[in-house]
Amino acid sequence: MLELAIGIILGCCALGAGAAMIAGIGPGIGEGNAVASACEAIARQPESKGSVTSTMLMGCAVAETTGLYALVIAILLIFVAPNMLVNILLNAIG
Amino acid sequence: MNKKRRFLAVDILLIVMMIAPILFGIVLKVLTQPATEGIAVTGALVYFTIPLPLGGLPITESQVNSLLVILSVLALCLYLTHGIKEKAETRRQHVAEWIVEKVEGLVNENMGRYFSGFAPFIAAILALSAFSSLLSLFGLYPPTSDLNIVAGWAILVFVLITYYKNKCGPIIYAKSFAQPVPLLLPINIISEVATPISMAFRHYGNVLSGTVISVLVAAGLQGLSSLLLSWLPGFLGEIPFLQVGIPAVLSVYFDVFSGCLQAFIFAMLTMMYVAGGFPAEEYEKRKLKKQKTVKVN
Repeated sequence: MLELAIGIILGCCALGAGAAMIAGIGPGIGEGNAVASACEAIARQPESKGSVTSTMLMGCAVAETTGLYALVIAILLIFVAPNMLVNILLNAIG
Repeated sequence: MNKKRRFLAVDILLIVMMIAPILFGIVLKVLTQPATEGIAVTGALVYFTIPLPLGGLPITESQVNSLLVILSVLALCLYLTHGIKEKAETRRQHVAEWIVEKVEGLVNENMGRYFSGFAPFIAAILALSAFSSLLSLFGLYPPTSDLNIVAGWAILVFVLITYYKNKCGPIIYAKSFAQPVPLLLPINIISEVATPISMAFRHYGNVLSGTVISVLVAAGLQGLSSLLLSWLPGFLGEIPFLQVGIPAVLSVYFDVFSGCLQAFIFAMLTMMYVAGGFPAEEYEKRKLKKQKTVKVN
């Protein structure tokens, strides 16, 4: 019975981590839009390449933040949560 | 002759001071790292704990490494400015002047004339963050992949933002939360608190994700090469030949490019938040009023 409980905990942690990374779609679309617009801007005005590139990198990094939140949660679910939850379970059983 | 020799001796001493902290970190890591089998993604190692009345204060690998980076950058700055003259002659003085000019230009461009005194602080943030991330090139634990270190910097920036928002008195600071309508008060408070959290998580998540992906790819290549060579007899089957070179490409992106980019972004966001929170118009108005009253008196 204990094995089953621990198995459920591990499996749900892995599933949760995978589900959390669905958030990676958003930054992907956003950064793609940003880079596409930057390419257009550079094609229209090649002399402003430097400032457009630095602004684009800045915007990409800010757009990446939501994906990174999901990543942090996924990493916590894989590396930290199973240990903690199994300890809680074992303490509850006594 | 004697003067020249002394100059050279100080130079060598400074170069040793630059390299010594990193060597010390590597030696410390080799001595204290517990042996691990296969892949392992762990947090920072806790060296020892200082007992305090309110729970212990753990001294971790990331704290020690960040102090080592500070020492190394200090020695680098001393080396670049050693033997500085009014007219630039040596190559290192040109490099030092280039760094100072670039950072001052960046600060003046993004923050305005009032904040031109911020240049040393921004340069310090840039150097500390970039060199901390680059520390992983030596195989050491990069301090920026520990949330505690980056959260410390973010809290420092938050204190600065709040200080400059309070420049015209706490009444205007409190009023700024009820802009543009008082209904948005809770959302404004949340966004105020979210600033340091998002700054800390952005920097830490980027560096940590690079570390995790590098470890996963290296382990995968090891498994693949042992699968391909398993028909060979003896030790020949255990050579991880795929691990040569391929992880270095990832390292160029995750350690060098991403680390430097995150340092730049942290500095840029610091500049924007501090300059954006400062009520410039109100401050100018008060300054003019003060000058007028002084003239009347």
